[in-house]
This record gives sequence, C-alpha cells and structure tokens, in this order.
Amino acid sequence: MTMTNQPGEVEPVSGGALAEFGGRHRSLRADVWRQFRRHKGALIGLFLLTVIMLGSYIGPFFYPIDPFEIDTAIANQTPSWGHPMGTDNLGRDVMARVLIGGRISLSVGFAAMFVGLFLGTFIGLLAGYFRRLDGPLMRFTDLFLALPILPLLLVTVVLFREPLRERLGESMGIFVLVVVIIGATSWMQTARVVRADVLAIKEEEFVLAARSIGTRPRRILSRHILPNVLSPVIVAASLGTATAIITESALSFLGLGFPATFPTWGILLSNAKDYLSINPARVIWPGVMISVTVMSVNFIGDGLRDALDPKLRSKG
Amino acid sequence: MVAEFTKEADDPAGSEERPLVRVTNLKKYFPIMKGVFRRQIGSVRAVDGVSFDIYRGETLGLVGESGSGKSTAGRAILKLEEVTDGTVAFDGQDITGLSTQQVRKLRPRMQMVFQNPHASLNPRMTVASIIGEPLLEHKASKGRERQERIEELLTLVGLDPSHANRYPHEFSGGQRQRIGIARAIALNPEFIVCDEPIAALDVSIQSQVVNLLQDLQNSLELSYLFISHDLSMVRHIADRVAVMYLGTLVELAPVEELYDDPKHPYTRALHSSVPVPDPVVEAVRPRVILEGDIPSPSNPPPGCRFNTRCPVAQERCSQDVPEWREIEPGHWVSCHFADTPGW
Repeated sequence: MTMTNQPGEVEPVSGGALAEFGGRHRSLRADVWRQFRRHKGALIGLFLLTVIMLGSYIGPFFYPIDPFEIDTAIANQTPSWGHPMGTDNLGRDVMARVLIGGRISLSVGFAAMFVGLFLGTFIGLLAGYFRRLDGPLMRFTDLFLALPILPLLLVTVVLFREPLRERLGESMGIFVLVVVIIGATSWMQTARVVRADVLAIKEEEFVLAARSIGTRPRRILSRHILPNVLSPVIVAASLGTATAIITESALSFLGLGFPATFPTWGILLSNAKDYLSINPARVIWPGVMISVTVMSVNFIGDGLRDALDPKLRSKG
Repeated sequence: MVAEFTKEADDPAGSEERPLVRVTNLKKYFPIMKGVFRRQIGSVRAVDGVSFDIYRGETLGLVGESGSGKSTAGRAILKLEEVTDGTVAFDGQDITGLSTQQVRKLRPRMQMVFQNPHASLNPRMTVASIIGEPLLEHKASKGRERQERIEELLTLVGLDPSHANRYPHEFSGGQRQRIGIARAIALNPEFIVCDEPIAALDVSIQSQVVNLLQDLQNSLELSYLFISHDLSMVRHIADRVAVMYLGTLVELAPVEELYDDPKHPYTRALHSSVPVPDPVVEAVRPRVILEGDIPSPSNPPPGCRFNTRCPVAQERCSQDVPEWREIEPGHWVSCHFADTPGW
C-alpha cells in the first residue's frame, strides 16, 4: 500500500501545475486515495483482506506445522496452544490447513472474478453500444443463463481435465480449469447490467459531443461510457469474488474441482461438516475466512466506487 | 493565437458567392416500429425538406417552437444523424454520402455547442481532458504544446486556466457552457452549430455567453447556425433568420427584415409572443394568439403545414402545399398569401 500521498502533497493546481500530463495522473490517484481513506468500512476491509492474504501466501512459511501431516493420536482436538484451531479427524492441524487453503480459494476467487467481469463487461458494452450486436449477444447471454450448469461442468471436466493436467501440471491444470469454468458461467448478470447502463449513457449529450469531435467508437466506449458504468461493474466484482470462492467449494465438493485431499476453504468446509457434532469449531474457521474475505471485498468495492466518482470525491 | 490548424485560405477567387454550408431539401425521418416483428408502420418527419445556405462569417438563426425539428436539422447537418434525403454541402463538398472515416477528417472544421451544459460534459473527465479530447483525437498537438493550447482556450472563453484540473460539476451552468464552447473551438473550426446554447442558462448568464460567442466569431472568423426559440436573442446575434415549423421552413430573411416586416403568419404570431419591455405598449399592442398544439410530425396536415392553426387560413391552404419562394431579394417564404397586401 502506498500511504505516501499525504493531503499536503496534493498541491492545489496553480500556474504551472498543468505543465505536464504526468502531474494530472498523480494528483488523480492521490485524490482517489484520499477519498478512499475517508470510507471507514473500505479501510477496515482493506486491512482485513491484507491480513488474510499475507496469512495465506506468506503465513505457511512461518507456521511450523505441516498441513498434510497425519497423526490419528491427536484427532478431533479442540483449540489449544499447540493447535490454535484444533485438529481434524486425521489429526492434521486445522490452522495450517486454513492458512494454506486460502491460497487456492483467494486465487480462484479473484481470477474467476476477473474472467467473469471481463467477459461480462466486454459483452455488455458491445451489446449496449452497437445496436446490431445487441440481439445476438443478448440471446447468447440468455443461452448461457438457461444452460444447465452441472451437466456442462461434468462434460467440461471430463473433456479438459487430463489434457490440462498434462500440459500445465497437476494443480495448475485444475486451477485454470476451475477459474475458466467459474468465469465462463458467471458473467451473464454483469453483461445484462452493463448493457442496460450503456443503453442509458450512450444517449447522453456528452457521447454525442464526443461523436461530433470525431472520437472513434472504441475511444467513446473506453473514455466516455466505461467510466460511467463503473458502479455496477464494481458491485458485480465484489459479489463475483464471493460467488467464485463459494462455487469453487461446491465444485470441489462434487469432485469436479480440486481433489479432496487438497486444502481449499471450500473443501475444508465440506469435509468438516461431517464432524459437525464432534468438532463444530472445524466448520467455523473456514466459514469465517470466507465470510470475512467476501465482506472485505464488498467494502473495498464500495469505497472504490465512491472514490472514483468525482462528485462524491469533492463533497467528502 | 497559435493556430495548429490553418484554415484553407487559398479559396479560389469569387468564393464569396459560394456558401460555406448549403443545405438542399434536407429530410430526416425517424421510423416508427411496432409489433413483435418490429415492422415499420410509419415515420416521424422531424425534418421534411429544408433548404438554406450559410455564408462564411455569418450567423444564421434557426427558430421554431419545441418539436419543430430545429435540433434534428442541426445534427443532420453535422452528420450526427443519418440523413434520409437531400444533401448537405460543406465548402462545396457533399457530405451526406461520406463514410464515417471521411466525415471524421472534416470534423475539425465543423463543431457543435450543445444545449444542456450539465449533460454535454463527461462527469468523469477533468476540464483539461474534455477540452484536450479534440486535440488528442486529431493529433493536433501533444504534451506540453497541448497543455498550453488548453490554457489558451480556457483564457479565450473567460475561464481561469488554473481550473483545468477540476471536474465539470465544480462549475456553474454558464462556466460549463464556456467549457463546451472551448471544446468546440479547440480545433479552429469554420462552422459551429449552436444548439440552443443558452436555453438552459439563467437570463443573467445568457447575454454573457452570447457575447462570448460573438467575440469568438469576430476573432476566429466563425460561421454559426444558431438554433434557438428565444426570438430576442436571435435578433441580437443573427444576421439572417430562418423560421421552422413542423419540419419545414416557413420564412427566411435578413434579421431586420424578418422582425420589421414578417411575411408569414406564423412568424407574425411568434413575433407577437415576445413581450415588449414597456408596460404601456405591452397592455395595448395587438397580439396574434395561436390556438392548439403543433400537429404530430408523424401525421402532418395536408397542404400548408400551418393551416390548422393559421389565423388567416383559406380553403386553398389545406390543399396546396405552398411553394418556397423568394418574394424579395434574400427574403424567402412559403405562404400562398405572403405577397397579398392587407390580410
């Protein structure tokens, strides 16, 4: 995180401040950051997400216990100093598994969100802006919405799992497969919302003004329309991350994602549910991690949306 | 001023005669679709056969009530709408058949100022990037040069160059309209369509903006098509005035002639709707009050389009379409009885 941009550094634009374009960009970023910091929830979200990410990606290097080490002598223990989150039915340390499980869950969550977001925004923009593409693209969207997802997943996994595993390796192959599957089946809502917004924005006078200048359609889309449909896109992004993490767990649960021995938050959760009566804490830890991540992302998205709106920025 | 775009000054001799913009029988119909299969069941004739010329350095006022097709005509002339029929010749070149790419090359020479300064500026862009967009798009200047040009433009329209990094919502309506004007003149155009540029502004600001437009016209040799429903403002700024009713022109004349000696009954009615700033005169002056509303442009009345509301309509008016004729040099009108004295 760059905290270097203190308010004092954002000098009020005067005389020569316009001199270079670089100046504008730096001050824009500083403006956005300053407004973002005003949003308490977003700051807390950013903090929590940072902690969770550090714990998942770096934590396992420091945490002394091996997440795969089986010791049935200490199975199903409640939290203690030796095992802060207890142990599972095979005596593996739950904390170690939750830490390393976050790697896959967060990576899958964000990657799948970006895939879905990119597809949805792209298709929504095209459908909304170019009237000729609207019909075909939206019917295509309807088609995806109507597709029964589970059979599709089964076929996809059967067809692509082995080739991908051979080419990219065991975990990477499955990772790519899961990300693509989740991304390709979650973009439709975004596309619809974006299209609806684009339809409204493209009738605005400033779009007509851009056309009268001679701005090319590609630039009109990227410079005038996309920034103005950002709010629904950001909302879709924060919700999409949550859905992706949960869908990944559902996939793994069905045996279509990562193998059951591979710790991800979703797999930990579904494994733990069988021991709910013996060791309820085991369900709570991965559940809490998923919830906190989802909540943090939502708050960050909220703060980001406000910070990117020049109107709210100057009011704050 | 630093002119990146030099106008083609090497016009052949005698170009005084050639209008900068010549609009001939311009038509713009919007289809009306209905039903599951989106069949066309009719069309809105927003602009239905309009012809006029705009000469270099002049301001042509285009007046008419709401829904008369003024704005559509303005947009069609700049090819922001596809033209249904007729031609628009810009500097002798017919632009109606040109491809988007070809029109794009002409864009620097013809620009537009919009009606609503709150909607015509992208809320997510700074003033500098709004004004710089035409410069960027047409690669007119870059880097430091562009920044200087932006500052220069801001000064030219009476804004503080140090406000360049602000966003549109931080400005008042009048200031925003100045930003819109700065954007329009950024590439040194020859022709600007002003689409009701003052309609959304406070009265106190209107004259400032109109004066700015006039100053710019003098210093930059601009030609304007000034669309408005404000007759007194048009009288102030225009050299010639065209009156539009239901998609067609009813009268076109030099400004003083149109105001002192209107030939068309619709022009008279419009004229008499302007209040006189003298309570004594205002109380007693004769007024022509039009009844009813402007008919639907999807189903215009036969004959003269104005016959349903015309105070002096005869039987003939609902059958024959009046011819668009020049009854005095430079004074065009479409009314059967325009030269009948004493009606």
